[in-house]
Amino acid sequence: MTQKEQSRLRVFLDSDLVHSFLRSPLAIIAAVTTLACFAVAALAPLIAPHCIEPVCVDLMNGLNPPAWTPNGAPDFPLGTDEQGRDILSAIFYASRISLIVGFAAVGFGMVLGVALGIIAGYFGGWVDTLIMRLADMQLTFPSILIALLIAGVVRSVITDLADRGILVGVTFEDVAIFVLIIAIGLSDWPRFARVARGATMVELNKGYVAAAKVLGLPSRRIMIGHVLPNLMGPILVIATIGLALAIISEATLSFLGVGVPPTNPSLGTLIRIGNEYLFSGEWWITLFPALGLVILVLSVNIIGDWLRDALNPKLRR
Amino acid sequence: MFAYLVKRIFQSVIVMLAVSLLSFLLFAFVGDPISNLVGQDTSIAEREVIRENLGLNDPFYIQFLSLIGNAIQGDFGQSWFWKKPVHELIAGRLPVTLELVFVSAIIAMGLGVLLGVLTAIHRYHWSARLLLTVSLIGVSLPTFLIGIGLIYLFSVILGWLPSFGRGETVDLGFWQTSLLSADGWAHIIMPAFTLSLFQMTLVLRLTRTEMLETLQTDFIKFARARGLGKGTVYYRHALRNTLVPVITIAGLNIGLLVAFSIITETVFQYPGVGLMFLKAVSLVDIPVMSAYLMLVALIFVSINFIVDVLYFVVDPRLRTQTT
Repeated sequence: MTQKEQSRLRVFLDSDLVHSFLRSPLAIIAAVTTLACFAVAALAPLIAPHCIEPVCVDLMNGLNPPAWTPNGAPDFPLGTDEQGRDILSAIFYASRISLIVGFAAVGFGMVLGVALGIIAGYFGGWVDTLIMRLADMQLTFPSILIALLIAGVVRSVITDLADRGILVGVTFEDVAIFVLIIAIGLSDWPRFARVARGATMVELNKGYVAAAKVLGLPSRRIMIGHVLPNLMGPILVIATIGLALAIISEATLSFLGVGVPPTNPSLGTLIRIGNEYLFSGEWWITLFPALGLVILVLSVNIIGDWLRDALNPKLRR
Repeated sequence: MFAYLVKRIFQSVIVMLAVSLLSFLLFAFVGDPISNLVGQDTSIAEREVIRENLGLNDPFYIQFLSLIGNAIQGDFGQSWFWKKPVHELIAGRLPVTLELVFVSAIIAMGLGVLLGVLTAIHRYHWSARLLLTVSLIGVSLPTFLIGIGLIYLFSVILGWLPSFGRGETVDLGFWQTSLLSADGWAHIIMPAFTLSLFQMTLVLRLTRTEMLETLQTDFIKFARARGLGKGTVYYRHALRNTLVPVITIAGLNIGLLVAFSIITETVFQYPGVGLMFLKAVSLVDIPVMSAYLMLVALIFVSINFIVDVLYFVVDPRLRTQTT
């Protein structure tokens, strides 16, 4: 580490953000839980006790209750589903899918929204009117509804094209994850666009932008190199809260049957599968994936709330 | 005022046109309407006749215009799966969703305002703080999990309430209602409560904030100084002054209830339009899907338009700003 990097690290460790983080036990717990979820998702193939691919599950192990109950098998700590898949391993792999879709959807919505927001704020005029009217119109619909309608429509279009033999070798199952990412991302861009536009218009009145313009820098460079870095704070806040929302949206869509297919399930798909067994008394197939989802969403939400308060100078005392 | 209204109408029309264009594209490019309408043994010549009669050989813009014309008259064609006119299907299902939304709006308003007032009056009591914390956690959970939890508790473990369907209905001639039988109420109470939770939390927090603010004002202090009873001060004077913003927000959020009813209907297998749409998606029943898209767009556009006009009527400041 060079001298410069060391001093940068010290500046970071001494910043308000880190101080406020260390003084908030709830944020620390949430951060630890979130990181644990990320680690579990990333290391799923290494730490999952069982393989959950169709080739290696044994139907004879189907519907085992959790290990600590009277009929439980010690091999399967949280029990198994109807196909004999180990629930714990399934949750590990499923949280992977949930997080991939969540991150990618937020990333897509963020890039789209921030780009359009900066362009609207920077150029103003009819460009601004057009983009923001579009955002306003979309915001009159709840984002989950937009995502649901997009995913639903695309799903039946692909099913139909495959049925008629126009799309060969592609089924909805193969592309479900990408469809979800695009649907959820598209449903979420207006929030980013609004914040980015507002913040851009504030930055435009500052001296450094005027200086950059006088220097004759092209608009693209001013927007990306000068305005964008100054928007990072507020964007980070909505992205974090957006991650929780995206994970919820993905789980909801998968639960409704227009999301991730059971062959490569997400947490929402696992809950959908388990829901069918709730009445016959197999509660563990639903409960544990649901708990996983709740823990993940709550921790990300708490971090988002903390970040919003910590980065908001009005709330600083 | 006039210019503002024209602008809003223009925006609403654009949204509706965009949605109808999407519906039209679905119609034009997805699925084959002919093979979904006739049997296997229909000859190619006969199919051509039907195609011509349905106007499927017309240029696209004529087809689009006739789709809009038909939609305005409530004609969305024939469902491919149910083999019935789509408007009949929707007419049968829409009351179910509307009743669900209506009951949950009542629950959200009633319980939300009541709990909001109570948490404002007893703001330092431990139960008020607990309620606020629980409500925050509740909001950040997915709706369908809450529904599953309620089903597990009340239907599986306790066996008190039915977990799916609509129950007994009473035919009023133009409207099949489930709100006139005890069985119908037993079926609607869990889905309606699940659907109302999010809205209730919003109403609760808003009522609480507004109430706390109102309790600080001079006229409340004066009412107290006059020696009026607590009940009169709280409910007759303070509550009345907090209700306007609460009702506005709740009205604006009716659309959210309509949207989230899709999820609630799925969890409780409640046979409304949302459940029908999801079924249509899995069966690729394009006429039903596109009719649903237009219906939802119409509901949202209408709600937003009404709320905008109401704002305008209620708040005189807007009149000078926008014109």
